[in-house]
Amino acid sequence: MSILVLAELDGNKLKGLAAHVVSAATAWQKPIDLLVYGSQVEEAAKEAATLSGVARVLVAQADHFAHPLVEDVQDLVLSIAKEYDVIVSAHSVLGKSVIPAIAARLDVAPITDVVEIHAPSSYVRPEYAGNIFSHVENHQALQIVTVRNTAFRPVATDGNAEVVSISAPLSRAISNWIKEDLNHSDRPELGSARVVIAGGRSLGESFEALLSPIAEKLDAAIGATRACVDAGFAPNDLQVGQTGTLIAPDLYIAVGISGAMQHIAGIKDSKVVVAINHDPDAPIFKYADYGVIADLFTALPELDKALQ
Amino acid sequence: MKVLVAVKHAVDHNLKPFVDATTGQVDLSQARRVINPFDEISIEEAVRLKERGLVTEIVAVSIGGADAKDSLRHAYAMGADRALLVETDVRLQPLSVAKLLKVIVEREQPGLIFLGKQAVGEDYGQTGQMLAALLGVGLGTFASALQLKDGSVEVTREVDKGTQTISLQLPAVLTSDLRLNEPRFIKLPNLMMAKKKAIETLAAGELGIDLANRFTVIKSNEPPQKPGAVQLASVSELISTLRKAEVLQ
Ligand SMILES: Cc1cc2nc3c(=O)[nH]c(=O)nc-3n(C[C@H](O)[C@H](O)[C@H](O)COP(=O)(O)OP(=O)(O)OC[C@H]3O[C@@H](n4cnc5c(N)ncnc54)[C@H](O)[C@@H]3O)c2cc1C
Ligand SMILES: Nc1ncnc2c1ncn2[C@@H]1O[C@H](COP(=O)(O)O)[C@@H](O)[C@H]1O
Repeated sequence: MSILVLAELDGNKLKGLAAHVVSAATAWQKPIDLLVYGSQVEEAAKEAATLSGVARVLVAQADHFAHPLVEDVQDLVLSIAKEYDVIVSAHSVLGKSVIPAIAARLDVAPITDVVEIHAPSSYVRPEYAGNIFSHVENHQALQIVTVRNTAFRPVATDGNAEVVSISAPLSRAISNWIKEDLNHSDRPELGSARVVIAGGRSLGESFEALLSPIAEKLDAAIGATRACVDAGFAPNDLQVGQTGTLIAPDLYIAVGISGAMQHIAGIKDSKVVVAINHDPDAPIFKYADYGVIADLFTALPELDKALQ
Repeated sequence: MKVLVAVKHAVDHNLKPFVDATTGQVDLSQARRVINPFDEISIEEAVRLKERGLVTEIVAVSIGGADAKDSLRHAYAMGADRALLVETDVRLQPLSVAKLLKVIVEREQPGLIFLGKQAVGEDYGQTGQMLAALLGVGLGTFASALQLKDGSVEVTREVDKGTQTISLQLPAVLTSDLRLNEPRFIKLPNLMMAKKKAIETLAAGELGIDLANRFTVIKSNEPPQKPGAVQLASVSELISTLRKAEVLQ
């Protein structure tokens, strides 16, 4: 028996998530098959084959995977599930959507958002927006798991796995993809950036103008609080926190952010946290490593200048 | 068209949970419970659809102890037409909840089924996906906008770098995200009226579903507290400190 890891594509490329999920899956010390599906999978399959620890790359190519729908991914995984005793995916939008569905059809309870694995069947997962860590013992023979990618270091890319084609079941066609509105940016991706600078609602209309020159100098991704997104000052894919992106940068700079529990839930894995806030009692200072009590409208231009 | 909304009586999200040192488990004995915020958003969406004449009946369903009636009353006060409690004193895991909801869906035959994207507390985020899979119907997770069409629903979903729009044949399961809407403020008279409304109750144990838990929470712990920030006098001091610590080049 072995382990099945689900990969995801971004266009025709393999998402960086796969290297983290494979790393998590090595906890079981069994052969790992990495499943790659898409409409054009050649490039991604090649990348997948280099991930260290992967025994085989299973490739399912079908037109309907150009924009994978939950039902179709379910059917694909279920068509090969009986060969595995562990199924692992990232706790990504797709993983969150598809893994519980697959598990239910196998009459299995999945263990989601895992940050530690003690093979074969014990896990640690955050609850209560990251305020509690619970140790879970799974009593089921089949382990179906999603992992928080920031909790697992990516594997190296010096592998050379065998690539095997598999056939995909037909699309069930009970749903259709219509369109996507994605924000394209040349900045590093929020979920994997080494440096993140984020602002709260107090930045107002000058959110982008204040943060982007600094982000450029630091090669940082930009993040925002929910209050800032809700006020329309930042697009919603920049939201950091419990209901936004979970980040784990080496350096996180929080500017004009109060430090609400739901925001903190998304930044807990950051190595160094810096907070700039004019309120000395702002809760963010409890979580930060370094603080500057200052007005952001003077502090940010100063920071920009100092980095020149 | 009938809409079914799953409503969890969940731990108040403003609450900071703590672990009981003797049991090693989260102490919920004093925890205030309220309608799960994502389920409140679902009710709001259903009520708006009804106000626009697109929906005829809203059925709210909760699975839990007798105290879950409070959240069902909240649903009534917002505009639900009927409320149903599947009663159990056991803390059920999402797979069991999904199986019980399937029984209710088969009985009620709704066109649209709303769940929240996650329940505050355990933060599982699983039940809606499981219910859709068990029913064999379409699934729209993380819904932030929707549009009813003839026999289908167009759902805008929050995905990694923006939004995605998909169309689902009805019946379908949706899971509500925060930005789907802003729930209305409940007026006191509505709440008083809701107190008088009937809540149909079924015993969870009598619906022929295996409710056994599949995993056990052995123990919980609170993450270690950070010591608090080192306060620096200025931005230039911040930069020199970060450079010294080799966080910045
Ligand atoms: C179910 C749920 C999920 C949520 N999920 C998330 C999430 O994923 N992410 C998230 O971020 N939030 C989330 N929230 C919202 C969260 O509770 C807070 O409301 C939000 O994080 C606050 O954002 P803020 O810090 O921008 O605003 P505020 O809380 O209003 O704080 C503003 C801060 O800016 C400071 N400030 C103001 N002016 C200046 C100035 N001139 N110079 C310096 N400092 C200044 C103030 O001192 C204050 O500390 C969620 C809430 C709920 C209920
Ligand atoms: N006990 C319950 N009663 C009613 N609905 C529930 C219950 N548990 C979960 N749900 C629904 O499933 C959603 C997701 O919950 P969960 O999978 O536990 O995070 C919630 O927002 C509810 O809509």
